[in-house]
Order: sequence, then structure tokens, then C-alpha cells
Amino acid sequence: MRAPSLRTLALLTVVTLAAGYGLAFFWAPLDTEGFIQKIFYLHVPLAIVALVGFMAAAVLSILHLRSGDPKWDARSYVAIHMSVIFGTAVLLTGALWAKGQWGVWWEWDEPTLVSFLIVFLLYATYYPLRYAIEDRDRQGRYASVFAITAGAFVPLNFMAVRLAEPLIHPRTFASGGGLPGDMLVAFLVCLVGTALLWVTLVRFELGAKAAKADLGKIRRALAPSDSLAPSRGRSIAP
Amino acid sequence: MTPLLALADAESYVAGAYMVFVVLLLVYLAIMAAKLQRIQRELRQLAILAEDDWRPEAEAETGTKATSP
Repeated sequence: MRAPSLRTLALLTVVTLAAGYGLAFFWAPLDTEGFIQKIFYLHVPLAIVALVGFMAAAVLSILHLRSGDPKWDARSYVAIHMSVIFGTAVLLTGALWAKGQWGVWWEWDEPTLVSFLIVFLLYATYYPLRYAIEDRDRQGRYASVFAITAGAFVPLNFMAVRLAEPLIHPRTFASGGGLPGDMLVAFLVCLVGTALLWVTLVRFELGAKAAKADLGKIRRALAPSDSLAPSRGRSIAP
Repeated sequence: MTPLLALADAESYVAGAYMVFVVLLLVYLAIMAAKLQRIQRELRQLAILAEDDWRPEAEAETGTKATSP
């Protein structure tokens, strides 16, 4: 089966996200938190997709180490990059929700918040690790080992948080009742839309990287001398 | 802190959160657009160089003036 084109994916993403946010604002009922709970439909899907993205990067890194094919390293790199961007959005939207709901920007005693920050900071170290290594093969291998180790940490961290006693942060899929039907439908559409956005942006960035790599190959083929060497010192990663 | 915020307060936080998301997305897309522009520029340069390199060879082989596509 052929993968959908980038244009199809982008259109699907826009339609799904518009439908999801439309349902969230105009169809899903208000809960006891009031209108501020509408941030839930943005914040939670972003967090779930970011964490799943980190785990997907680990799987891609396993494929890289098994096959030695740099395309899997590139995919893993872009997956982590996108998840870090989504993670930034999670932290910012979460801080706004916390300020509006609890009156504080951050709560250090809350395991959910702190654990997400730890995961985010862990992946923030991926870039210096990667760029500290000059040799491309070694860079890819070390980055893959990091991605697998950190990726295994994500579900462990998630389980530890679920076992811990929550202070104020609610559990999205709590065993006692969970989300009401209308809210759940809106949430799931937002989740699918956010996942599609992640996939679309990953595909977009991979396309740009492939174009740049092809450009480098043409450059080298046309002029083996230094006359056409790239003006910037560092090559694109990965 | 009351559990139910005044609607105006809540609206500003909700708007802020969604704005943050949109701004992040736009910043990312702007960076990617700049990168793609650079690739296009380099591709144009290479096309010009390739044309310059290949034209004399084509002329020498055919003995005629090569035409660019």
C-alpha cells in the first residue's frame, strides 16, 4: 500500500484538527473546571503524541542499528526533533492551564509535570550529544543508542507517574468514570489530528533533508574540487 | 483559587494556549521555508554551473551549439 502524499496528509491534518477543535469548543460540554478546560483538547493530545513520538524514535533507532541504513537514523532524528517541538508546546500550554486553574505556572510537587520535564530535558541533551561527534557513522550509532535508551525510559516514567499519588494534576483516562462520551469523542478527534500533524511535519522535514542531501551529492559530483564546497562548515544532520 | 474561573479570565488563558501552539507552528514553518529557499537558491546555482560545464562538451562532441532545455 502506498503512503499518502504530503499534500493529502496536510489536508487531512487541517480537516481533522479543525473538526476536533470545532467539536471541543462548540459540541463538548463544559466540565466543573469551566471554560479553561478547553486547553485539555490541545495540551493532552500534544503530550501523548510527543511521548509516543519519542518511543517511535527508539523503534526507528533499533532499525538503524540492525540495518546500518542511515535513512532510519534520519527518521529517528526527525521524530525526536518533532517531539521536542511538541514537548515545548506541552510545557507552555500546560503552564498557561496551570496558571489559570491552580494559580501557579508550575508545581514542583506534581509528579506528572516534573516527569514530563525530565523526559523533555533528557531529549534536549540529544542535540549536543549528536553534534559533539564529527564522524557521521559514529554520530548515527551513538544517537541511536541514546534514542533507544531514552525511548525505553518514557513508558517506565509514565508507569511510575501513574503509580504515584497525584497532587493536583488530573488523570486523563482515570479508571473511575473517565471522560464523558461527548468530551471523549472531541478529545479523540483532536488526538488523531495532532498525530496527523506530527506525521505530516515529520514527512515534510524528511523531504527537506532528503532534498538537501541530494543537493550535496550533485555538488560533489559536479565539482570534486573545493570550489563548490558548501559555504557552511557543518553538514545537515543526520 | 475558585474552581470555576470567570469566563473572561478563562478565555484569555485558553486563547493564550492556542496562540502559543499556532505561533510555535508558524515559527517552525518559517524556519523550514527559509531552509527550502536556501536549497532552491543552491539548486539554481548548480543548474547554472552544470549548464556552463556541459555546454562546451556538447559543442565539442556534436560540433554544433547545444541548446538548453
